[in-house]
Amino acid sequence: MIRLSHVAKSFNGNPVLRDVSFEVKEGESVVMIGRSGQGKSVTLRNILGLIQPDAGNVWVDGDEVTQMSPVELREMRKKVGMLFQNSALWDSMNVFDNISLALRHHTNMTEKAIEEIVYSSLTQVGLHDPDREGQSAEDIGRRMPSDLSGGMRKRVGLARALATRPKYMLYDEPTTGLDPIMAGIIDNLIRELNTRNKTTSLTITHDMRSAFTIADRIIVLHKGEIFFDAPKEVARELKESPREELRLEKEQVVYQLLNGDHKGLVHPAIADHYEKAHVHQ
Amino acid sequence: MPSATPPPTFPKRPIVALGRATINLFTRIGSVSLITWEVLKVTRYIIRDRSLYFRQALEIGVESLPLVLLIGAFTGAVSTWQTNYTAGDMLPLKYMGVATFKAVLIELGPVLAGLVLAGRVGSSLAAQLATMRVTEQVDALEVLAVDPIRYLVAPRMVSAVVMVPVLVTLDVFMAMWGGFLVAYLFMHVGFDLYFAEIPVFFKMKDVNVMLIKSATFGGIIAMNGTYIGMNAKGGAEGVGKATIRSFVFSALGILVMDYVLATILF
Repeated sequence: MIRLSHVAKSFNGNPVLRDVSFEVKEGESVVMIGRSGQGKSVTLRNILGLIQPDAGNVWVDGDEVTQMSPVELREMRKKVGMLFQNSALWDSMNVFDNISLALRHHTNMTEKAIEEIVYSSLTQVGLHDPDREGQSAEDIGRRMPSDLSGGMRKRVGLARALATRPKYMLYDEPTTGLDPIMAGIIDNLIRELNTRNKTTSLTITHDMRSAFTIADRIIVLHKGEIFFDAPKEVARELKESPREELRLEKEQVVYQLLNGDHKGLVHPAIADHYEKAHVHQ
Repeated sequence: MPSATPPPTFPKRPIVALGRATINLFTRIGSVSLITWEVLKVTRYIIRDRSLYFRQALEIGVESLPLVLLIGAFTGAVSTWQTNYTAGDMLPLKYMGVATFKAVLIELGPVLAGLVLAGRVGSSLAAQLATMRVTEQVDALEVLAVDPIRYLVAPRMVSAVVMVPVLVTLDVFMAMWGGFLVAYLFMHVGFDLYFAEIPVFFKMKDVNVMLIKSATFGGIIAMNGTYIGMNAKGGAEGVGKATIRSFVFSALGILVMDYVLATILF
C-alpha cells in the first residue's frame, strides 16, 4: 500500500503541495489528474523519496519513506517501478543495456536469463515484430535511445521499469506524445499489468480517455490539495451530470477538469484575455 | 502588490551577504567532503564494476592523449626557447636540457596539462552529468535503486586521479623531445649534450612532486566536473552554466593548489 498523510512541500517559498493525503491500496489502480504545475510529479517524487516533504508522512509497503536511510530507500525502490514523463533513458547505452542495467546490478542472473527478461519485456510493450526487418526485439535492443521515436522511447522506458517486476508502478503521463492507437495499447497494458500481475499502480495523466480506462479510482489534485477522491464510476457520473446541478465549488472544478472545459471556476489568465477579447468584439 | 517584508536597509546588506556566502561556502565544503567519502566507500566494488572504470579511463585518459602530447611538445619547445632567451648568455648549453626538464617536470607539465584537461575532461564530465541530471536520467538511476555515486561519480573520479598523472608523465616525456628539437634546430645542441646533465641533477623527489601534483589536479578536475554536473538544474541553459563553472573552478583550483603544494612540498 502507498499512503500519504498530510504531505506538504514548497519550493523557494512557493507551496506546491499544501495538504495531500490519499492512499493506493494493494492491487488497486489509481489515476491522479489535475492541471499542470499542481504538484502531481512532486507527489510521485515524494513517494520515491527523491525529495523529502516539508511536513507529513509517506508510507510505501508499510515502511515510512520519510524516515529511511539511503540504503533502506534503495531497498524500497526495488519494489517500485517508474515510467518517467520524458522516458529518461540513459542515452549513452543501447536499449538492451538500458533494460538490463538494474538486473545486472541487483541480481546474479546469467547472461541468458537476463536476455530472456529483456526480450520478453520488449515484447510485452509491443517492441517485437519478427515479420518486419529491423523490428525484432533483438534489433531494437541494439539501437541507441537517440535513434528511437518518442513513442518507442516511452515503451522502452516502460520495458525498463517492468524488467525488475516491481510490486508498485508509478506512471508519469504514460500516453502523452503517443498516437491514439499506441496510447490505447499502453493503456491496456497498464490495465493488464494491474489486473493480471496485481501490480499496484498510480498514474498521472491529462488524457481523460486513458484515465477512465486505467483507473479503479480517480484523484484530483488542485492547488496542492486533494479535491476529489472517488471510484471511477462516481467520477464518470459527475462528468456526465448536467453542469447546472453542481452546487459545490469542488464539484465544479472537477467537472471542468474531467470535461476539459475552458469555462468554469478555474480561470487561467489566458482564458481571461480570451473572454475580454470576445466581450470587446 | 506590496511585498510582505521590506528590503533590507543598507547596514544589514553586507552582513547578510557575508553570512550567506559563509554558509554557502561551508555547505559546499561539507557536501564535497561527503561525496568524497561516498566515493571512497563505493570503490570497494571496483573489481565488480571494472568495466565502468575502464570505460572512463579510456575516455579521460586515452582519448585525451593526442591533445596532451601536443601540449607537451610545445611546452618543452617554448621553455627551451625562453631559457635560451633569458639565460642563454650565462648558461652553458649543456644545461639547456636539464633546465627544461626541471621546469617542465615540477611546474609547467602538471599545470599546463592540468589546465588543458580541465577544459577537455572537466567540462565534458560536467556537461555529461548535467545533461543526465536535467533529463531525469540520474533520477532514473536512483529509482532503479542504482547508486549514482557508485555508477557515475566514482568511476570518473578514480579514473581522473589515476589517468591524469599518467597523462602528465607522457606530457613531460614529449616536452623533452619538443625542447630537444628546438635546441637541436636553433641552438645546434646535439642529443648527447642536451640530455647529458639530466641524470646528474635528477632527483626522485621531483618526480614524486609531479605525480602528487597531477593526481591532485586530476582530483580537482573530476570533483568539480562531477559535483557541478550532478547539481545542475534548468535545462539546456543549466548544462551550459555547469560546463563553464566546472572549467572556471577547476582552473582556479589547479592554480591555487599548485601554490599550496609548492609551499608544502619544497
